[in-house]
Formats: sequence, C-alpha cells, structure tokens
Amino acid sequence: MSKQNQREMPRDPAVRALIGQMQRMQLSRRKVLAGAGGLGLAAFLAACGTGGKSGSSESSKVAVTDLSESEKKLAFANWTLYLDYDEKTKKYPSLQEFTKLTGIDVSYSEDIDGNDTYYGKVQAQLSAGQDIGQDIIVLTDWMTDRVIRQGFTQELNHANIPNFKNLLPTLQNVDFDPGRKNSLTWQSGYAGIAWNKAKLPKGLRSVADLWAPELKGRITVLDEMRDTIGLLMLQDGVDIAGTWGDTEFAKATDTLKAQIDNGQIRQVKGNSYKEDFISGDAIAGIVWSGDLTQMNFENNDQWEFVIPEAGCTLWSDNMMVPVASPHKTNAEKLMDFYYDPEIAAQVAAYVNFISPVAGAKEAMEKIDPSLMDNPLIFPSDEDLANAHVFRSLSAEEETNYGSQFQTAIGA
Amino acid sequence: MTATATRRGDKKKQKLEDPRSTEEISAERRKGRMGLYLILPGMIVLALFFAAPVLVLLSMSLNAKPPGGEIGEFVPALEFGNYVTVISAYWDVFLRSFIFALIATVAALVIGFPMAYLVAVRLRGRQLLQGILLVLLIAPFFSSFILRTQAWKQILSDEGPVVTVLRAIAILPADGHLTATAFAVVCGLTYNFLPFMTLPIYANLDRLDTNLLEASGDLYASPLTTFFKVTLPLSAPGIFAGTLLTFIPAAGDYVNAALLGNNRDTAMIGQVIDSRFFKIVDYPGASALSFILMILILALVLIYIKRFGTKELF
Repeated sequence: MSKQNQREMPRDPAVRALIGQMQRMQLSRRKVLAGAGGLGLAAFLAACGTGGKSGSSESSKVAVTDLSESEKKLAFANWTLYLDYDEKTKKYPSLQEFTKLTGIDVSYSEDIDGNDTYYGKVQAQLSAGQDIGQDIIVLTDWMTDRVIRQGFTQELNHANIPNFKNLLPTLQNVDFDPGRKNSLTWQSGYAGIAWNKAKLPKGLRSVADLWAPELKGRITVLDEMRDTIGLLMLQDGVDIAGTWGDTEFAKATDTLKAQIDNGQIRQVKGNSYKEDFISGDAIAGIVWSGDLTQMNFENNDQWEFVIPEAGCTLWSDNMMVPVASPHKTNAEKLMDFYYDPEIAAQVAAYVNFISPVAGAKEAMEKIDPSLMDNPLIFPSDEDLANAHVFRSLSAEEETNYGSQFQTAIGA
Repeated sequence: MTATATRRGDKKKQKLEDPRSTEEISAERRKGRMGLYLILPGMIVLALFFAAPVLVLLSMSLNAKPPGGEIGEFVPALEFGNYVTVISAYWDVFLRSFIFALIATVAALVIGFPMAYLVAVRLRGRQLLQGILLVLLIAPFFSSFILRTQAWKQILSDEGPVVTVLRAIAILPADGHLTATAFAVVCGLTYNFLPFMTLPIYANLDRLDTNLLEASGDLYASPLTTFFKVTLPLSAPGIFAGTLLTFIPAAGDYVNAALLGNNRDTAMIGQVIDSRFFKIVDYPGASALSFILMILILALVLIYIKRFGTKELF
C-alpha cells in the first residue's frame, strides 16, 4: 500500500480517479477492468456531446494537486517566432536564463498556429477537465475571453508574480478578465495598413485608400474578423470598443463582401498573407504591425506600416494556465520572470511586438538603442490613443458574427 | 456451339467424380476457415478506425445547440434540420468541388496516360531508362504536398515567369493574374494527383501483350484504331483505378483551394468544413457536411462502377 503511494501518480486524471477508487474499495481485478471499460464508454459518450459547459466552471474544474515543488518542470505552448531565439545555438536564451535562475526545466513548443485551430484541438480535453500537457498557453484577447468564461483556466496567485506591478496600467483591467485573475499579457500589437513602397510611392492614409482602382486585385486583408471588420468599422466612424450592434457590423461586412466580389480584394488570409507581400501578388493590405518589422528586416525595408487615420485595432495575446495543469506555481514563476523589464526588452528586441511591461523601454537602451524609438515596439501616447480594442462579444454574437464573416469571405 | 457443350459436360463430370479424398476436402475447408480468421484483424481495425468514427460523425451531425448555450456546446438530439441548413447554404460549393475534381481527373488522365504508355510500352526492355522515368514519376512524393503547392504559388505569382510570358504574348490582359483563380486551383489538383492516375495505368500497361498490337496491325488496323480498339480497352482497369484514386481525394481536397484559390469563386467543400468546424465552432454543421460529402462520393462512385466497372476489379 505505502509502496503504491510512493510511486508518482499518472498524470491522466481519469487514471488517477481509477487508482483512487481501487485503493478505497479494494476491488478485484475483474471489477476494475469492468470499471475501466465503463469509464472508457462514458468518456466516449461524453465526447459525442461536446463540452463547453456554460458557466459551469465549478463542475468542469477538477481539484488539481500542484506538483511544482517536486517536479521542477514546465511546458509552455506559444505561437511561432514569439520568443527570443539564438540561430547559432538553436536555443532560447531567455529560457536558459530562467532555468539557470530557478532550476525549472521548460519544454517550449510553437504549438499554437491559430486561436481557432488550437481551441479546436484542446477544447474537448479542457471541457472534460483533463490536463492537455501544457502549463502555459497563449491566446488572443477574444479567445482568452472564451476560454476563461468556459472555466478552462486556473486562477493565478499574484503573490507568486511580484513583477505583476510592471504590467502597463491600460492592460491591468480588461473586460474579459477584471483584475487579471486568470491571464497575463504576453505581447500586444496593432492591425493597420501597409503598402509596398516601390509600387505605391504615394502611400496610404486610410482604409478607404485600399479601394483605389490601381490597386484592384492587389489587396490582401486578414482573416481575423476583429481586425479586418474592426478597421472597416473604424473607417465608418464606429467606436469598436463601444456599444455597436448588428447594423454597424452588417455595414462593414457588406463593404468587405462588395470589395471581394468586385475583385479589389484578392485574398483574405491569416499568417500566410506575408508570402503574398513577398511574392508581389499583394501591394497593399491590412496587416499586423510586428510582422511588418520582421518582414522589412528580412527583405530590405520594402514596406511601410501606418495606423489608419480613423484608428487601428489593438490586440494582445495572453498567457494562461490551463485547467488541470499540475505546475501552476512554476508557470507563475515564469510569468514573473518575463515581467522583469530587462527580460521583456530582450524578448521585444526579437519579436518586435508591443511589450506590455513598463520599464522595458529604458531597459532596451542596453540591448539595442535603435529600437527605443520604434513606435511599433514602444508606441507613443498619441498612437495608443488611436488604437482601439474590439469589444467582447457574447457567445451568441460570436457565433452569429463569426458566421456572417465567414460567409462574406466565402468559406 | 459444340465446343461449349463439351466443356460444360466436362465440368459436370469433374464435379461428379471429384478425384480428391474426403480428407483433402476437409483440409481445404479448414484452410478456408483459416482465411476467415486471418481477415479478422483487418475487420477489427476497420470497425475501430472506420465504422466507429463514422458513427460518431453521424451522431454529432444530429446534435443540437441548447438555447443560450456556450460556444462549442452541443447536446445529443435528432436534429435533421442541420442537413437542410448546410445543403441549402452550400449546395453550390458541393457542385463546384465535384466539377473541379472532374476537370482535374480528366486532365490528369490526358496527361498521365501518355506518360504511362511511354514508360510501360514504348520503353519496354530498356530498364535503366524505364527506372529513371519511374523514379521521376514518383519523385514528387518525396517532398511535402504543401510545399509543392506553395511552390506553385510562387511560379504562378504576378511577378513570376508564367504570368510575365502570358502577358507578353497577350494571352493574359496586362492586369490579369493566375494565382487566386479557379484555373490555378484546378491546375494544382491536376498536378498533385497526377501520380495517382499515372501509376495504376502504368502497372496495367506494363502487362500489355505487345503481340496483340502487332496482330492488330497485321489485320490492317491503323495505329489509331489499334489504340482505341485494343490498347485502351485492355488498359481499362488501370484507367478505372486511376480515375477513382484521383477523383475521390480531389473532390474533398482542401489544400489546393486554400493556397491557390480566392475568397470569391473557388471555395471547395473541404475549406467550408474547416471553417465551420474551427472558425464558427459549428461541430454538427461540419459533421453533416462531411457526412453528405461521403454519401455523395459513395453514390457517384457506385454509379461509375455500375456503368464502367470491369470484372477484373470488382
């Protein structure tokens, strides 16, 4: 009996539950096997109807034992090109530093290639309260909203994150996570407009300029609804953070559809829009700010990015600890580490997105002073005033608007 | 007439006087039963990895969204309305997918048959050359499907060689382009599935008895007549297998339309299923679409088999 207890429990909660049951009831082997079969069948049936139990955060939350003390490790899933990387050593310098400092081994993976696809991958396990094998995941605001609302995250213990005080004041209270109880910003960025400087010397000033006849068939826009529709709504004079409704959304969707149907917009794409810019198929379009900096760096400064006159969208990606992750304290230590201004500057110098950490700008002086004036990494107050966050949508709105948007872009 | 009669008589006699002993017959039977046991693992695998998922798909496609439900929350039900909704919304996409797949299949046949004929018949006996050409035929499989399609995007891009030449000889207007068109999607499908067409035809033509072609010539058939009356009918099983192997995956293909198409008139059903599943989180709708696609392909294939099927295959 005691020997059994000394052994580390398997991570799968279903198996743990089964072991617990065995120890309590001293079942015969045959009964246990029958139980396992029953459990499998139950899991199978549960998989047929899908989770996402509305507002039932209690029922989907499983009591998790935090093994951070005994297991000095952590799994961190992030987007591609989103952490400082050393081409020569093929390692992540800041992670190495973290391991040296805390003794916690981090297995870092670039697993997340889209909010929707990642959600599609893990939602069944999360709604069953299972460990997805990651201790930190990073998702964009609106998906963070959904994931927190569905009870798929663990509440953070701010006592373990003293550097939390460095979070920019504008980001400390967001409507989807008041007081940042469940999430912490990783990086932020804008969606704005960009163009090829050689092909379009006169440049662009507003989203309406994208509909110029000479750009017919050479425009690409993002397939992220909140960014493309957000910019179109801003152009229509709508406050996207305010209380707009169906009419405003429909007007922007109609504009988008009309410009796709008349051939002005050639492509509606996610991350792969960069290839169209590089191949020359696209001359101008709606893009993400950090991408432009990286593309320019690799392709001789060919493009220019601006915030449209009517304003741009501001989004953030947020770190969260998924439900059933057994290394929450380790995860909090890592979050704290990346909120150290010097580390934040080190990351910002590589990823070129907006750092959410106050003091990173000053710390940048030591790393690369030329980046201190880059408005895409350290935005001016004026730029920030012109950047808007797309308001949170209810579950019904999200399905409804999402469906309209997908129909407009023909998929 | 008499010959058939005699043969039939022989058969009867054979049956009556089976030269085998009873022991031999029971050994034969045991062997038959052994065969059944041997296909059992295959059947189990099919049941686990094909039948069960199809059933889950079917039950999911009938799920309903509870009132005020959370995103991604569906409850088991018998909601046949899901099928009506997706058919009325996407019938045109289904039609387009099948038309694209059909054009690609015909194009692959027109390109693939001569290739297979060259390697299998014309170069018969020249093993080194045959080997090299066969490797070239299969070589595309050595690199990733996505990468090859991605490469086509570069080749067909506005600044690329193809568009430049076509514009220079005025086949394309000055502002014309190839990427993000239906043409590019069909080309991509044809290219990507070409080996699936060529290889079965090659395997078939490899066994073609060239004496028959000579005989046809001796009987004063022109080369064209020989091709249509002898070569083509004999290679029918290969063509049949090739068209099926091309059409079925092409109809459900997702990558070509996503990479080479646009957002207006090239969407194929695979893309729609992807967007309903991941973007809109409408699992029942996506399942219903997948199920309809499966049924439609099955129906089309059955009609095809009934009409053109050869005994050698089925």
